[in-house]
Order: sequence, then C-alpha cells, then structure tokens
Amino acid sequence: MRPVLLVAGALTALFFLSLALGAGRLGTGSDAVWLLAVSRLPRTAAAMLAGAGLAVAGVIMQMLARNRFVEPATVGTGQAAGLGLVAVALLAPGAPLWFRMLVAMASALLATAGFLALVRRLPFRDPLLVPLTGIVYGGILAAVTGFIAYENDLLQYIDIWMNGEFSGVMLGRYEFLWLAGAATLVAYAFANRFTIAGMGEEMSLSLGLSYGQVMALGLAIVSVVTAVTVVTVGMLPFVGLVVPNIASQLRGDHLRRSLPLLASAGAGLVLTCDILGRIIWYPYEIPVGTILGVIGAAVFIWMLQGRRADAG
Amino acid sequence: MRVNVLLIAGAWYVAAALLFLTLGARGDWGFILAFRGQKLLALTVVAAAVAVSTMVFQTITANRILTPAIMGFDALYVLIQTMLVFTLGGAGAFALKGMPMFALETALMIGAAGILFGIMLRRSEDLNRMVLTGIVLGILLRSLSGLLSRLIDPSEYAYVMASSYAQFTNVEGDLLWAATGITITVLALVMLHARRLDVIALGRDNAMILGLEHRREAQRLMVLVTLLVAVSTALVGPIVFFGLLVSAIAYQVAGTWRHATLLPLSALIGAGMLVVCQTLFERVLDLQSNVLVVVEAVGGLVFILLLIRRART
Amino acid sequence: MIRCQNLTFSAGGKRILDAVTADAPPGRITALVGPNGAGKSTLLGLMGRLKEPERGQVMLGAEDAAGIPRPIFARRLTALRQATRITPRLTVCDLVGFGRYPHNPGHLTKEDQRIVEACMTDMALDDLADRQIDTLSGGQQQRALIAMVLAQETEILLLDEPLNNLDLSHARRVMNNLSARSRAGRTIVTVLHDLTIAARFADHVVALKDGRVHAEGSPDEVFTPEVLRELYGAEVEVHRINGKPVILPI
Repeated sequence: MRPVLLVAGALTALFFLSLALGAGRLGTGSDAVWLLAVSRLPRTAAAMLAGAGLAVAGVIMQMLARNRFVEPATVGTGQAAGLGLVAVALLAPGAPLWFRMLVAMASALLATAGFLALVRRLPFRDPLLVPLTGIVYGGILAAVTGFIAYENDLLQYIDIWMNGEFSGVMLGRYEFLWLAGAATLVAYAFANRFTIAGMGEEMSLSLGLSYGQVMALGLAIVSVVTAVTVVTVGMLPFVGLVVPNIASQLRGDHLRRSLPLLASAGAGLVLTCDILGRIIWYPYEIPVGTILGVIGAAVFIWMLQGRRADAG
Repeated sequence: MRVNVLLIAGAWYVAAALLFLTLGARGDWGFILAFRGQKLLALTVVAAAVAVSTMVFQTITANRILTPAIMGFDALYVLIQTMLVFTLGGAGAFALKGMPMFALETALMIGAAGILFGIMLRRSEDLNRMVLTGIVLGILLRSLSGLLSRLIDPSEYAYVMASSYAQFTNVEGDLLWAATGITITVLALVMLHARRLDVIALGRDNAMILGLEHRREAQRLMVLVTLLVAVSTALVGPIVFFGLLVSAIAYQVAGTWRHATLLPLSALIGAGMLVVCQTLFERVLDLQSNVLVVVEAVGGLVFILLLIRRART
Repeated sequence: MIRCQNLTFSAGGKRILDAVTADAPPGRITALVGPNGAGKSTLLGLMGRLKEPERGQVMLGAEDAAGIPRPIFARRLTALRQATRITPRLTVCDLVGFGRYPHNPGHLTKEDQRIVEACMTDMALDDLADRQIDTLSGGQQQRALIAMVLAQETEILLLDEPLNNLDLSHARRVMNNLSARSRAGRTIVTVLHDLTIAARFADHVVALKDGRVHAEGSPDEVFTPEVLRELYGAEVEVHRINGKPVILPI
C-alpha cells in the first residue's frame, strides 16, 4: 500500500502549493476567497483531472494495442480531436462548446479505432513498429490539420490546443474536464475486463468476455478523455506514456490494483509540471505541455536505458 | 538495366525542372529564369541532401524504416538554433546571420550529434530500444526548443519561429550557394564510399567479418549524414517523412542493392518529386500553403502502406 | 592456430566469460560445446574480434589478433554468426560474392567468380543462385551464409551453430566439407549442439559452462557420462560405434 500513500501525500501537498501560487498575491478576506474559487481552485482541479484521465487513457490504450509504448497524444487521438475542431471552426463557426466537444470526441474515436485496426495488420505486432506507426499516423493527421489551418489562417487557433496550458482555466471554462474524471471512474469499474483484454482476443474469448465490447468501451474512454483535454486545456504529451510504465513496474499490470496509483500519479505529474511552469519564469508562465515534454521525455529515456541492466 | 533506371530518373528530374522553369512564365525571361532557377536549386539541394542522408543512415542502421529525421537529427538542429539565439541574444544572432551563423550551427550540430547518436548507436544491435530512444529524444529536443523559445524575448522569438517550420519561401542567396557547395562535396564523398556501404548493409557483424572497421566507417558516414541534415534544415527547416518516402520508392524501382546506383537514383527521384509538387502547388493549384506539408503527409501514408504490405508477404 | 588467453567479458553488469583460456589446434576441427548461455557465442565473437574483451587476448600463432588491421585480418579469419538477418534484397550469388570483398573490394575477378561458384556448389546452391535471399527457407539461407564464409577462403573459420535449420543430408554435406577443409590445413572452430556429430567430426573439444572452460581435450576424453552429467546436469549413455562416442540421453 505504501506507494499509494506516498503519492496521496505528495498530491495533497501539491494541491495546496498550487492553490498558493500565482501571479496575484493571495491576500485575506473575500478577495482571496474569490480568487481561489474563480481561478486557483479550478486550475488545480483541471490539472489533476486531466492528469488522472490521461494516465488512465494511456494505460487503456496500451492494453488495447497490447503495446507499452503507445499513448493517445502520440498515436493520433489528440491530433484527430484537433482536426475535428478545425472542421467545426470552418463549417460551423458559431457552434456552441458542447457541439465542438462532441465533434472532437467523434473524430478522436474514429482515429483511435483506425489506429487499432492498423495495429492488428502489422507484422506480428512487432513491439517497435506499433509506436512508430502511431507516431507517423499522428503525424499525418497533424499535417492534414496544419495544411487546412494554414490555408484558412487558423494556425494561431491550432497552436492553442497543440500546446497544453492551464493559464486560461477559470470557473465556467473547465467543467467539461469532470467528464474525464467520470471516465476514470468507469475505467476503474471495468478494470478487470481491460486487464483481460490486454492479454489478447483469444484469452478474452476463452474467459467468456466479449472482446468487441471491451474494445468499444476502451475506445470510448480514451476518446472522451483525450477530446475533453484537448478542447479545454490543449494536448498534454507523455502523461499517458510515462505514468503507466512506471506504475506497471511498481504494481504490475493488474489494473484493479494499479489504477488508483496510476490516476493519482498522473494527477501529481501534471500538477507538478504546472507548478514548475508557473515558477521557472515567474511572473510569466511556461505552458505545462512544454514542461511535460521535457520532463516526460527525459524520464522515459532514463527508463529505456535503465531497463538495459536487467535485460542484458 | 541499372543504367536505364538512372537515365529514366534523370529524365524525370530534367522534365520536372523544365516544367518548373517555364510553366506560366510571362514577361522578362532573364528575370524569371534567375528567380525560378534559384528556387529550383534550393529544391534540388534539399531533396538530394534528404534523400542521400536517409539512405546512408538506413544502411548504417541496417533498417529501412528509420530516417535521421525520425531519430531526432532535425530537432537537434532546431534546438541548437534556438540555443544560439538564447545565448547570443537577438542582436548577437542577427549580427552573425547568414554564413557565420550557419557555420557555427553546423559545427555545434556535428559535435552534439556525435555525442548523442554515438551513445545511441553503440547499442545498435538492440534496434527497438535505439529507435524508441531516438523518437523520444526527438520529442525531448523539440520540447527543449519550445521551452527555450518561451524564455526568449517575443521580438527575438520571431527569428526562431521562422526557422522551425519547413518552408521554401525565405531561402537566402549566400546560404544557398554555401549549401550547394557542401552538398556536392558531401555527395561526392558518399559516392566514394558506395562499395563500402554495400558491405555495411550486410549488418555490423558481417561487415566486420569482411574486414571493414565498422565503427570508424559508421562514424565517418554519420558525420556526412549530419552535414547533409544540417544543410537541408538550415535551408528550409525540419522535414520528417520526405526522406522515408524517397528511399522507399528508390528501393522499389532500383532493382539493385548497389549504392553506386541507389544513391544517385534516390537523389534524382526526390528532387524530381519535390519540383513537381512545387510546380503543381504554385502554378496549377495556386495554393499559398507549404508544399512540404503535403509531401510529409504523403510520405507518412507511404510508410504505413509499406508496413502493411510487408505484413502480407 | 588460434589461442584464447585469459579472455574475460561482461555485458549488462553480468560476467559472460571468466578468464577463458583454450586452444584450437591448426588444421583441426575444434568443437565448442556446452549448455545454453554458457558463453559459446560470445567466445566465438571475441575470437572473431566482433566484440572487445575486457581482459585477455586472442593469438593467431604468435601474433596478437588485436594488432592486425581488420582488412588483413578478414583475409585470415572469417566467422559465421547465428541469426544473421540480411536487410538488402540480394540474390544468393550476390551474397556469396561478398565473401571475396576482403580480397578484392572492387568488382569480382574471374578467379573470384570461380571461387564463388565452387562454394555455391559445395553448399548445393547452384539452383538457387539467382533467388533473392528473403524468399528462401531458413535452411537455404543458412547454406548461403555458410557459402559466403567459405568463399572468404581464410586459414581460420569460426562457425556458430552452422547446422541450424539444416536437414540430415545438408548437415552431413557441411560437416564433410569442413572436414575436407581442415585436412587441407585450415583451422576450424564450430559451436555444435549435437554431441554425436561433434564426436564424429571434431578432433578437439572445448566444453564451456557458466563462462568458464569446464573440460578440454579429445572427444574421447570429454564425452564421458561423468563429464557430460556435470556439464549439462543431465544423465546420458555413451556408446561406441566404429570407435567414436555416440551420446544418448536417458
């Protein structure tokens, strides 16, 4: 139980640190309460929800693709959500937020299903080819999006959700992220099924599980979490990759057991990076996506190299 | 047979170049040819540099789905550019603009690439780990550039932005001539290695058994690859999948494994393709968008098709 | 002759070979045997200078192998590695032709062509000469790789499990060919898993276990029930047919 306690403790500390930090001074009285309620608390909650959701989406993605090195932000889910947003901006410029969200979810779902179908056609599920294909697949979607945006002067617009940041989060502008939280709870309820699906279609069938249903549910969770994150705060790389890999080394792949740790570690990572982004260049801010890219990539490379010793 | 393939590719390039120079030209021919000629040269140099560096890199790593760009070489160059602007400041960077800057960047790039990729390639038997490390390293380098560029004054930031997206619109004259010179020299050097590349393609152990100092050869070739990447990135910015597309086509149509044919073939195919795309874009479709974006998307598609086809056989 | 002196090698913090000293007598076939993970392939890799030892030396006669420039070394020693994957799309004839590279880096001479064809005939590859390597079966690929190594015409040949994927008739062909070459004065070191074949063809046996030399000597000395029990942790019977040991698991 110790890692969970440790993470929970760290998370609480980070939570209060995040509340205390900001460009404006936190005074006393009603002003302070107002600042907390409108800005600091929503921002902190947004970071935690996005982090937990993406970590869980990452692990589900890995179970469905049966590969440890994929995550929604690199294999096209996030890019597809962006493509959907650009399409809405062009075809129905005045559409309400919920409609944009819905389109983003739908396109994320389609693209992720497409990726998984592609993975099934790869030779012997070569562990290297899967993430490589995912990155190229995501690259194509990003290129198409970039092309459309460039032709229609929307580059500025896509830049906003290509690079995740929380500085714009305020009361009334982040609530959709609670959907990601809900998706996390759903994932926990069905944790055992995802674990079994991770062992393959044949294993699922022989245990009497409908592989198709689990697949569909997993796809839905991954798309909802990713689309919601992209629309409200922008793309956050590496959370879905680094956190599940570390959690799997600590706790194994039994999701029922590892999900709580996973979700809180994801929340902690994003919150830490957001806090760092607020401190490093004070009083300016560095987007959390950039910090995550640096820290996440560094940790991941360290992990890859570290595995050499026991594999060798 | 081999000569034929090269001749056809050569004809393809010449036809593309003529089309590019003449299509829709009106008015003062001297001006048009000079203007378009310079652009044609830029397209050709970039395509040749990307195609040949990709092919050599694939031979060294005994792998046909990796490219220097996928492994993060381009990202490294952009990071070095950003770091220079960061440390020198906008004024300093502006003072060095053009050739001195390019020389400095390239020198730093060769040093950094030597260290980073030397470490990575030492373990080149473990392909999976090497590739993943490379890809993630690319993301790390890109994020670091992003981080640094946030720390740079917004006014200086514009300078970095201009160099981190691939485009053919703002190639500078001086730089182009230097890049052409370097590219021709490096290509000549690579061609001298053609026979050795045939042996290296058999894999590290086999190459050593056949008497090649594999490590030294690979290092030397890697410096040449780095130079080519530096040239193309300095001219137009990072290009990720184009090299993959060209090398895949070259292997398909070559019908040979000899680098003496493969290398010039891929350069000609790539240059012809880029020129045709640019012609289509500028003259036929009249699009303002960047041709490389489309070439990149097509390159990515080809990559995935290749994988699936390989799975079937 | 090739001699290993005190060779030590580690990978990933694990010691693979620990002060291995062993001889491969000139003009003889030396069989390298031992359980999986004993360090046989690593030892062969060190002898062929494909890996650098931590300590120790490989001697070719009185010369330190590490001091010989590699292009010259490749004319004197060749090695067949296990599980080699050839990426380029080569024909069998092209691949075997690469065996002549150390002697002639340019294009093949008439003499080179003759050697290449002879080696392909030796490995019964005549009908496959123009086939692409990647369209061949595992056994056919193995024979093509052996032919390439033979075409190098070196005084020393190192082979890592040359009989992998080969059927009885081709295994016999390979071993007889190696025998003929050793009688012609070439020194051969080969990893073999089939002890009966090792006993039938080898003149000298080096048995490795856990990165150390467990036993060394003639097949008669090494292939006894006692030595093999310690070496493999398995019970075997050793019979004799025509004076050669035949090893049967119990």
